[in-house]
Parts: sequence; structure tokens; C-alpha cells
Amino acid sequence: MTVGLSHYLTVAAILFTIGIFGIFLNRKNVIVILMSIELMMLAVNLNLVAFSSFHNDLVGQVFALIVLTVAAAEAAIGLAIVVVYFRNRGTIDVAEIDSLKG
Amino acid sequence: MLSALFFYLFAIMCVGAAFMVIATKNPVHAVLFLILAFFNAAGLFVLLGAEFLAMILIVVYVGAVLVLFLFVVMMLDVDFAELRAGFLKYLPVGALVGLLLLVELIFVVGAWVTAPMLVSDAPTPNMSTVNNTQALGEILYTRYVYLFESAALILLVAMIGTIVLTLHHKRDVRRQSIAAQVGRTRDAAVEVVEVETGKGLK
Repeated sequence: MTVGLSHYLTVAAILFTIGIFGIFLNRKNVIVILMSIELMMLAVNLNLVAFSSFHNDLVGQVFALIVLTVAAAEAAIGLAIVVVYFRNRGTIDVAEIDSLKG
Repeated sequence: MLSALFFYLFAIMCVGAAFMVIATKNPVHAVLFLILAFFNAAGLFVLLGAEFLAMILIVVYVGAVLVLFLFVVMMLDVDFAELRAGFLKYLPVGALVGLLLLVELIFVVGAWVTAPMLVSDAPTPNMSTVNNTQALGEILYTRYVYLFESAALILLVAMIGTIVLTLHHKRDVRRQSIAAQVGRTRDAAVEVVEVETGKGLK
């Protein structure tokens, strides 16, 4: 019962699928969509760290650190956009974000 | 044996919490389940020997990003029940796409082999002599310093962008104008009036 690389990759694959599934399921709520994207980034990080650990190559962890940084920046800007949008329109329904429709 | 036990504990908790994130009705509960998922992912990172990233995940992710999510969820006065309309309508197609993706990913994982001639020329220090944090620092600040700097730049841009997006001045609130205050002279502020006796001031 030894835990190998494929075990970690499977967990990451399931997490990524749940993230995709969440975007499909909560198509109206921007905040849950952002949370699903966070889940997908977590799955990617898990992949990077698992490969880094099993191949004895630390570069994967350096890259995971960069992914973490980008994910944090993305969450901050995404939430700021949500707050500004709610202030202007009074809703965060994705279906109603059509002001730019030409 | 013990590490396998902990792997399955963390993995099942992580996947279960991730599923609850997308399935729960209340978005506050969704954020709390996301925090649980990240804690268990940090446990998986510790099992993989990436202690520094595990602690960063807890400190930066749970401590900053997810608390930010919690603030925004509580700040917005939205009827979240209304936003869940159509949940069941999208369930079949979402389940189909998710299942297909999962099967494909599992096939990829199952057929994975590392090339035997793969020679790692990565500048990884000997992990038996240094701990994970020190090893990470030794290559992050030397070979990958430009990557590190650009990450800092991304965070700076994100910070400025967030401030610019959310800062707004209300129109009906009078604001202090420091330039007008400093530029004010004595002539504009004080007027000396000679008052004749018995006449009074008009």
C-alpha cells in the first residue's frame, strides 16, 4: 500500500474536475466561479509539487510558488472587479453582465 | 504505512471539501469549505516534503486570499438563493463534461511513464543535508531570481490595480484640498476695516 506519483496526480485530476464542474453548476454566481478557479489552481500546484517531489527536482516547487503568486493577484483583482460591478449595477449575476454588448 | 493512511485521509477530506464548495447553498459555507480543502492540500504538501509551500499555502492562501473572499461575500448584499436558479438545469451537461474530463485525466495519469534517460540537471541541493526551505531559498534567490522579481512585480501591479479599481470619491462629500489651504495668503483671509466713530459697521 505504497503511495506513488499517480495517487497524487489522481487527486489533482479529481480536484481540477470539481473546479470545472463548479463553473458549470454555478454559472450565475461570480464568487463561486472564482472559488472554482482557485480549486483548479490548487490542483495544478498539487501536480507541480508531486512531480517535483518524486523526480527530486526542486524547480517544480519554485514554479508552484510563482503560480501561488499569480493566483493571489488574480483573486485580488477579480474580487475588486466584482465589488466595483456590484457598486455600479447592484447585482453579480453573470448573465446580466452584458453592458459591453455591441 | 502511516504516511499512506495520512495520504488517504488528506486526499478524501480535500476532495470532499472541494465538492462541498461547489455544492453548498450558502457562499459563506463555500468559503469555509474551501479553507478546509486548502488545509488538507497543505497536509498533502507536507507528505510530499514541500514544507515551505505547505506553510505558504496556509499563511498566504488561507490567511489572506480566502479571508478576502469571506470579506467580499459578507460585504455584498446579494440574494444568493436567486443566483442558484438554474442549478439543476446545468447539472447534466456539467456532469457530462466533468466526467469526460476526469476519465481523460485518469487515462493520462494511468499511462504515465517517466523517460528513463531523463537526467535531472536541476540545481537541487542534496535534500538529506539541507531542509526544504533552505534548499528552496538557495535556488530561488540565485538561479531563479528574475522569476522571483517578476512575481513581486505582478503583486505590485495587482495591488495598484485593485486600489485604482475600488477607490472612488463620493460627489456630495467635500474633501480637504491641501493645495488651497497652503496657498492661502493673509490678504485673502483677513480684511482690516476702519470704522468711523458712531457709525458702526454696515
